[in-house]
Amino acid sequence: MNEFFRIFIIPGGLLLLFMLLALVRLILGPTTPDRVVALDTINTLVVAGMVLVGAAYEEVIYIDVAIVYALLSYIGTLYVAKYLEERPKK
Amino acid sequence: MIDFFITFILSLIAYLFLTASAGEIAGLWSIFEVVLGIVLSVIVSFMATRVLFQKRSYRMLNPARWIIFLIYLIGPFFWAMIKANIDVAYRVITGKINPGIVKISPELKTDLGITLLANSITLTPGTLSVDIDEETNDLYIHWINVTTLKPTTADICGTFPQWVRRIAE
Amino acid sequence: MGILLIVLYIFLTIGIIFNCLGSIGLLRFPDVYTRLHASTKNTTFGSIFTCLAVIIFSFYQLHLTQDSKFLVLALHTFIALVCLLVTNPTGAHAISRAAHRSGVMPKQAVIDQLKEAKLK
Repeated sequence: MNEFFRIFIIPGGLLLLFMLLALVRLILGPTTPDRVVALDTINTLVVAGMVLVGAAYEEVIYIDVAIVYALLSYIGTLYVAKYLEERPKK
Repeated sequence: MIDFFITFILSLIAYLFLTASAGEIAGLWSIFEVVLGIVLSVIVSFMATRVLFQKRSYRMLNPARWIIFLIYLIGPFFWAMIKANIDVAYRVITGKINPGIVKISPELKTDLGITLLANSITLTPGTLSVDIDEETNDLYIHWINVTTLKPTTADICGTFPQWVRRIAE
Repeated sequence: MGILLIVLYIFLTIGIIFNCLGSIGLLRFPDVYTRLHASTKNTTFGSIFTCLAVIIFSFYQLHLTQDSKFLVLALHTFIALVCLLVTNPTGAHAISRAAHRSGVMPKQAVIDQLKEAKLK
């Protein structure tokens, strides 16, 4: 591995740490929308991290997976939002 | 028919962007990739034409609008985004907030325009679009630092409505 | 080479700092709307800068090695960036609207004109 490996893999590891912070909110979150926000944040961080890892290993396949992950996680968020909206009031 | 053709071209461009690598045609694509792309684009256009052209408006085909859109993205939008991030960073560190939900009337008519404005508002200083009144196109904005109880459009989003009007209407 | 390294360090540092602030804001703010402010704006901005660093790196490598792999890397990173830019604010809008309609009200709010208007 060359010197660029280190430059890109360390920020990737830091992003993993921030994902853990968001995971705390996912577990604590008092209401369901809070948890969805935390999940959305984790998804964005995963995409950013995958791009960094792809640059570190100089492999394009990581970034292809990141694109598909971004679009699918967006659709997941929309589904959960739709579900929350339609839920009958107590 | 022209709807179908535009959808076909757009999906073919998307496919070629995603598969660009070494090959015979222009040094970027192999012949197999291009043929497969054409076949897939025809299938996609059969399914997606109805979704893309619900209102049958061809306003966005004008290249001048694309150039204005690019200038808007690089200039005022990016600058507002930098300000927004420094603002939120300040609020994360100090914890000073004064939130509320206010209503503005940007007076845009098209769906594309209101979508563009709502997304711009979400990414710019201290504001987040929450809901829309679909009859009058009024936006309800969550404002993190309420300074007046009766805000004008310029208080919330500056010159964005003029830009959006130039791009999408 | 030296300039490239400096630019990469600056962009990655900005990206990491804003992503970090986004996660901290998610923990620190009191209700779902302010959390959305922190998470949407800061993580989008941070991801723009990390992606830009990757694009600059791949163009440098393309210039150095003439390997088309790096062109593909830059193009796909750009597409991932566009996907993030389009989907993030739309998702935030969907969540906030769903939260308000399912009855989660903003805390410490000085005004709530949406509640007064009673849409639907």
